[in-house]
Amino acid sequence: MGLPPYATLGQRIWYYSFRIICGLIFFFLVAPIVVVMPLSFNAQDFFTFTPEMLRLDPAGYSLKHYEDFFTNPQWQLAMKNSLIIAPLATIISVSLGTLAAIGLSQSHVPFKGPIMAILISPMIVPLIISATGMFFFYAQLGNWMEGTLGLDKGFVGYVKVVLAHAVLGIPFVIITVTATLVGFDRSLTRAAANMGAGPVTTFFRVQMPLILPGVISGGLFAFITSFDEVVVVLFVGSASQKTLPWQMFIGLREQISPTILAVATILVVISIALLATVELLRRRSERLRGMSPG
Amino acid sequence: MSEAMMAADGTPLKRSLARALRRQKLRALGLIAPLLVFVVITFIVPIGSMLFRSVENDIVSNTLPMTVQSLARWDASSGALPDEAVYEAMYFDMFLAAEAKRHTRLGTRLNYEQTGLSSLFRQSGRALDDIGKETQRPLEKLNKAWKDGETWHMLFNATSSADTNAALLSAQRARIARLTDTPANQEVNFAPSTAATALLPKTGRAYTAWAVYVATQDGRDPATRDPWEAVATALALDLKTVDVSGYSGPGAELLVEAQSADLPVPALSAAFADMDEDWATDVPWKTIQTHSGIYTSGYFLNAVDAQKTPDGVAWQPDDKQILQKLFGRTIWMSLMITFSCIALGYPIAWLLANLPMRKANLLLILVLLPFWTSLLVRTSAWKVMLQQQGVINDVLVWIGLVDDANRLIMINNQFGTIVAMTHILLPFMILPMYSVMQTIPPSYLRAAKSLGATNWTAFWRVYFPQSVPGIGAGSILVFILAIGYYITPEIVGGTKGVFISNRIAYHISSSLNWGLAAALGSILLAAVLVLYWAYDKIVGIDNVKLG
Repeated sequence: MGLPPYATLGQRIWYYSFRIICGLIFFFLVAPIVVVMPLSFNAQDFFTFTPEMLRLDPAGYSLKHYEDFFTNPQWQLAMKNSLIIAPLATIISVSLGTLAAIGLSQSHVPFKGPIMAILISPMIVPLIISATGMFFFYAQLGNWMEGTLGLDKGFVGYVKVVLAHAVLGIPFVIITVTATLVGFDRSLTRAAANMGAGPVTTFFRVQMPLILPGVISGGLFAFITSFDEVVVVLFVGSASQKTLPWQMFIGLREQISPTILAVATILVVISIALLATVELLRRRSERLRGMSPG
Repeated sequence: MSEAMMAADGTPLKRSLARALRRQKLRALGLIAPLLVFVVITFIVPIGSMLFRSVENDIVSNTLPMTVQSLARWDASSGALPDEAVYEAMYFDMFLAAEAKRHTRLGTRLNYEQTGLSSLFRQSGRALDDIGKETQRPLEKLNKAWKDGETWHMLFNATSSADTNAALLSAQRARIARLTDTPANQEVNFAPSTAATALLPKTGRAYTAWAVYVATQDGRDPATRDPWEAVATALALDLKTVDVSGYSGPGAELLVEAQSADLPVPALSAAFADMDEDWATDVPWKTIQTHSGIYTSGYFLNAVDAQKTPDGVAWQPDDKQILQKLFGRTIWMSLMITFSCIALGYPIAWLLANLPMRKANLLLILVLLPFWTSLLVRTSAWKVMLQQQGVINDVLVWIGLVDDANRLIMINNQFGTIVAMTHILLPFMILPMYSVMQTIPPSYLRAAKSLGATNWTAFWRVYFPQSVPGIGAGSILVFILAIGYYITPEIVGGTKGVFISNRIAYHISSSLNWGLAAALGSILLAAVLVLYWAYDKIVGIDNVKLG
């Protein structure tokens, strides 16, 4: 939509001012994230650019906030918890979710509408409401597991948070995997069965490789959901299960320490990596299904 | 052609097909079932438990079972105070509740309805022992045997299994279990005697309640322990009304001696009035009577600034009316956020839809990057940007637009919440708009222009109406997400820029008014479900796309 050579002055002005407006909006979208990164290298405990930083003086920059993140036991505990809870929750949501998505994409599913509504509901219901409900129910569940089953308190705490996070990730797995299955050619499974493969072999050798991109991107969504989740973990977990977002939230609500900015930068880098992965998977999946490479 | 078609194995084709279809359905359900069960248990049941908690109110009848029963006969509108029987029931109920440390919980619950009851219950729980002491001391002075737990045990323990009053024991077990929320079915070294409990009904009940309590909650043997003061009070009350001279069970001579000594009996209504003069007014009694039901609409009424009073539903006093305002503010701010997102998202979506694919994909990354970045990262970034010593103020001071002494206050108010949440939700607006705009052929605009329309007419009459579904989808999505948001308002909203969700969290973790939190949550949930239903009608549940 280039500017035609016969455009009037008014059209020219509008054309360029529209570009400028769009540029400003893009700036609004990206600026907060970009601003955080250099600030995390601040040598001072400030949240703003010091004169040294603006002069690009090396003395104004330091890695001390990163050092704090990697040595502070609070942050390390939070990171360890995040790395325990998110993968476990992801495994549960991906395995159960993929199975159910395959079931849902069969041609004759009774009560498909209500079932879909129930499975998607964790994404629809605002987190604060899910957290409130889980707060009441998981406390009782935890008491039951500790009292009747005699399980260790710390272990029960992790079980509660993992279950809560797993259910929050399920809608994403269902949506991405059913979307991949829409383009799945059913004659392939029939062909496999025709050549003597059992349902399990067919699933792992024929169906799985084709829907794998969808499964992985659903898993990434589930992982991010758990890794970035704070409301439910605040309500369901206890201090020994605090995750990175929990620690950041506490830090932000009370006195915010610049270490948060270092953590934020690390998380931005992780999300860029995940975004790139999902984008590559999406293209691969579309190529595999013979659609345009996008 | 009357012959039915047969499948290869000889069964009619119709039945064979039906069977295959049924098997297919079962297989599909079998694949879905594990997840469905998982989601129902870990998500749907918790939500249901929240809905239930918003109407649940068994704490009053569990804590004060006898009082609730005898208060039911009291006519609150008569202006008279409840009769002595109600005070008596209250004394025994409160005594047990205070021993179980449950009276303060009930006080907190009733305080939501009537200010002042929390402290009334707390103080009365402490003062109750003194009433009992007034009868316990003369009794023990009369005969030292009353000091001994074994005396009481001998008096009430059944001598044979035929004599056992099993109904009383199980009733008291159930009462203790409801009161303490823990099972009370452990072994109790005591079985109430039918003869003794029939002679002395109040004492029998009080002693059995005590015995069950110490055995199941403290794990002690009731045979060797001295009962509470309330049991002595009950005995004094019983001895005033029954004649024990004909009794021949164990300890009969002790009872005869006690009756002839004419023990002092506290007038319980006077004793309550002594503890706190509020007990001599009808206020606490009316409140207990009004809220004695097992289910209540009280929390929902509280959630909309009303309350249940003895005279029906009434508004809260003006200074306590904050929730309607908060609901209004939540909706208003969510609308502001939605409109900001439309205003900022429309040009971007238009640009993305009209640029060549390669350029558009590059710019799309700028939209997706915030979408993928951790919510807390974006929120902390806005805190850094908006603070008075933050980046935006520094820049404004540096270029001289703002005086250093008058830095702008952009955080801890509605402005901060709206800016930060617009940024956070903008991708949810741009993506649906973009996908709708992609389907609008650019030739329509060119056709309109070639027919003589100005740029503006062509856009407004041709392009814009076709992009409305995208605006609708994005708006509902953003609005649904906005009204339930918690984290961002909590951090950048201060006190003026918070939503109803922050109030829910406050009631869960600070004020511990869980019933009200559940009622607020239920209202919010209903609103979101209605909006979601609209979204489903307009966009369709299957069109939810990610990334």
